[in-house]
Amino acid sequence: MTERAFPVPDAVTQPFWDGVAEGVLRVQRCVACGRYVFYPRAVCPHCTTGELEWVEATGAGVVHAFTIVHRAPPDYRDQVPYAVALVELDEGVRMMTRLVDVEPADVAVGMPVEVAIRGEPRLPYFRPAR
Amino acid sequence: MAAIAGVAESDLGEVAPKNAMQLQAEAAREALGEAGLTFADVDAVFSAGGDGFAPSMAVAEYLGITPRFTDSTNIGGSSFVVHAGHAHLAIQAGLCEVALITYGSTQRSAASRSLGRSGGMRGLAQFEGVWGLPAPVGPYALAASRHMHEHGTTAEQLAEVAVATRKWASLNPKAFMRDPITVDDVLASRWIAQPLHLLDCCLVTDGGGAVVVVSRERARDLPRSPVWILGHGESHTHLGISSMPDLTTTPAAHSGAAAFGMAGLTPADVDVTELYDSFTITVLLTLEALGFCGRGEAGPFVSGQRTAPGGDFPLNTNGGGLSYCHPGMYGIFTLIEATRQLRGECGPRQVEGASVALANGTGGVLSSAATVVLGRD
Repeated sequence: MTERAFPVPDAVTQPFWDGVAEGVLRVQRCVACGRYVFYPRAVCPHCTTGELEWVEATGAGVVHAFTIVHRAPPDYRDQVPYAVALVELDEGVRMMTRLVDVEPADVAVGMPVEVAIRGEPRLPYFRPAR
Repeated sequence: MAAIAGVAESDLGEVAPKNAMQLQAEAAREALGEAGLTFADVDAVFSAGGDGFAPSMAVAEYLGITPRFTDSTNIGGSSFVVHAGHAHLAIQAGLCEVALITYGSTQRSAASRSLGRSGGMRGLAQFEGVWGLPAPVGPYALAASRHMHEHGTTAEQLAEVAVATRKWASLNPKAFMRDPITVDDVLASRWIAQPLHLLDCCLVTDGGGAVVVVSRERARDLPRSPVWILGHGESHTHLGISSMPDLTTTPAAHSGAAAFGMAGLTPADVDVTELYDSFTITVLLTLEALGFCGRGEAGPFVSGQRTAPGGDFPLNTNGGGLSYCHPGMYGIFTLIEATRQLRGECGPRQVEGASVALANGTGGVLSSAATVVLGRD
């Protein structure tokens, strides 16, 4: 058994993963244009000029798209079937995640979800909103 | 103007013990032979993928070519369609006269495909590579779920593409999978990543190909009719699927508009269409992006076996990546089949009277697109 994939933070992304370790979901916001940015970057792709600051996200969003995985990469074969989704956060950015605390058959596009940080490696999963 | 003067596949399917460079070399020799040319005539080399670092250097060295124009642009499976456009530009600019485009892979024999990686994920992968999403099928499944949600597209409509493509493959002796399938067969095949079944997915085969593009002057005395590059375009909208601006609009919307604009033609002018069909959803999204049908209309558009032999929209007439061959980066095969169709060489699968063809490559996870519009004298 190989080692299951885990994130390796870098200088720009470290605050995101620090947040996950603390149980907080953070995204970047541009101080100049006010737009949110994910994944973390060193520059604002929207306005070019603004600095990016870290802010706490609401942790709420909706399922924008999803797939139920049946043929998994080698390290995940014991977990099928499971739902991987793109979640659109309240802040307007999209994030890839795994949906938990829900039967795959019950997942739908448009379903409200909220962040659920857990696991090893510790990752920002999402679950149906309560 | 520039023309495609020669095209060839290498051996396809399972080619062991041949290696990827050998496949490219054999295809290059045959494609140049069609054009009445030799390696010594080649002054521009284009390649991507293959065995790794600097593929145009590797190919040029192997074939004894010292090019004055070189391009190893790799934007995924669309790369070779991009190369055809770049060759056209370089020839127009007077920088070269005979351009050789090649690709080769032994991914089937080498069993080198994997659905995902293990261990530490850096860069974009720290966000996209830690969820167990199989690559590349997973991102395409995400797009399919979105298209179904927005437009009511059904699994049956996706399956129509696989069934029609297999019918074309049954007419192509070089196709890997030639036995007929039905919509029910597709729906009964096992799930890979819902909503995509096994038979919604392209093959994993070995194979290689080569395309020779020459200047108008060189095209005057070819053994075979030249196939003119009338227009081309290229674009990309993202690398990772999380950053795709609209999951149901591929960058072919940009590359197609550019290619049609340059050619002075519209989708209605196209007689035969060769699209990269990595997955059935790729075909639906690309048909919409290129303007062959309206946004959200591709499901109904392909229904009733409209894209099959005898249908009124001949599509992927070689049997496509779904049934003919798919050695990892399929784009070059769209150019090869489009050229043969315009030359009238396709035997039982020939689209009668085809005078305008379109080839479109898609790369990455719906990330890049390249379109070439071709015509004959």
